[in-house]
Amino acid sequence: MPQHDIEIILSRHLAEHLSTPLFIVNPAGDLIFYNEPAEVILGYRFDETGVMPASEWATVFKPYDSAGNQLFPDDLPLVIAITERTPAHKTFWIHGMDASLRQIEVTAFPLIGQGGNFLGAVAIFWEVFK
Amino acid sequence: MIVNLWGTRGSLASPGPDTVRYGGNTSCVSVLGVEGTLLVLDAGTGIRVLGRNMPGEIRAIHILLTHLHMDHLQGLPFFDPLRLPGVEVHLWGPASTTQSLEERLNRYLSPPLFPVRVRDLLSEMHFHELDGSTVDMDEFSVLGQRVVHPNPTVGYRITSSTGTVTYIPDHEPALGAHDFPSVAEWTSGFALAEGADLLIHDAQYSDVEYPLRRGYGHSSIHQALRFAQLADVRQIVPFHHDPSHSDDVLDKLFAQAIDDVAAECKVTPGMEGMTFRI
Repeated sequence: MPQHDIEIILSRHLAEHLSTPLFIVNPAGDLIFYNEPAEVILGYRFDETGVMPASEWATVFKPYDSAGNQLFPDDLPLVIAITERTPAHKTFWIHGMDASLRQIEVTAFPLIGQGGNFLGAVAIFWEVFK
Repeated sequence: MIVNLWGTRGSLASPGPDTVRYGGNTSCVSVLGVEGTLLVLDAGTGIRVLGRNMPGEIRAIHILLTHLHMDHLQGLPFFDPLRLPGVEVHLWGPASTTQSLEERLNRYLSPPLFPVRVRDLLSEMHFHELDGSTVDMDEFSVLGQRVVHPNPTVGYRITSSTGTVTYIPDHEPALGAHDFPSVAEWTSGFALAEGADLLIHDAQYSDVEYPLRRGYGHSSIHQALRFAQLADVRQIVPFHHDPSHSDDVLDKLFAQAIDDVAAECKVTPGMEGMTFRI
């Protein structure tokens, strides 16, 4: 059985202890882990879904900008972290599982291991309360 | 292949009447292939004794360092073959993002920490940094992969025509895990140990001590046995014993852990001087 890289395993262990939602994706963009706070946003439990292909999990969100325009996937921090291998941050709006519109901030960063190996990316979400 | 334990103690050499059976020297294990290739796993104080028991005809040695903590390095300048001209020594170790392996070794092997420099050694030294891929070392195929332990640290999976030995002397796969051992793909070191004939693994603490030392980079004896069970190895040799554990204490801890875990694999607590034939 293949084993995840140590940096990915440690990222999951960190995520399991955080109260902020955190997603981990592999270099292909597949969602390989999300913690319990993220389960609330996604509306799924990781133990039930397992790995979710990018084409599947990306459709759960319908992100909007401040003017109400839907954002393209390429504008999302996690996609930027994967495709451009650079950190990215953005504030935008999503419909939560309860259908209410929520403003969130997302910071995503690529995971670069020893020897410069690109291992995937991590995204952390904060809901904005104003 | 023949596997010999020359050093079984963790963290600090602990000689004395209380550690005679399990041993007081720090980590060093030799692996001798059927064609005569010699691998030396780590250079703790046990390597000094190995140096005095070398087969005379060996002219090339591979020393595989798991990491550069002092208990795995302190014996290196006391390894006799390094002082012999004409001996080819290949030193392997984990890569770092900041300094080469040779530069990091020079930090220890130079004044004021030590009077002799690497360049003063008479053997022919070659330095190699591991990148996570499998390397051929004569009759052996060696995979070095990073594992959970502070600072760059690897474990080794050594395969020959006669079998597989896995060596992970410093390893805390349970760090941060909610339900260790969980699924294999989320367990540090699993790919190194899966199905090995012999697993030589960190077992520094008791289950009572582990919570007080979480994050130090080591396993309890119970965790080591559960890891071996998950990896479905044939035999585990738990070692890297805590310096504070006497022979009598280790006897009791191992008896309890073996009883509690009831692992399906053979469990042989590591003692200095032991030999295994694979």
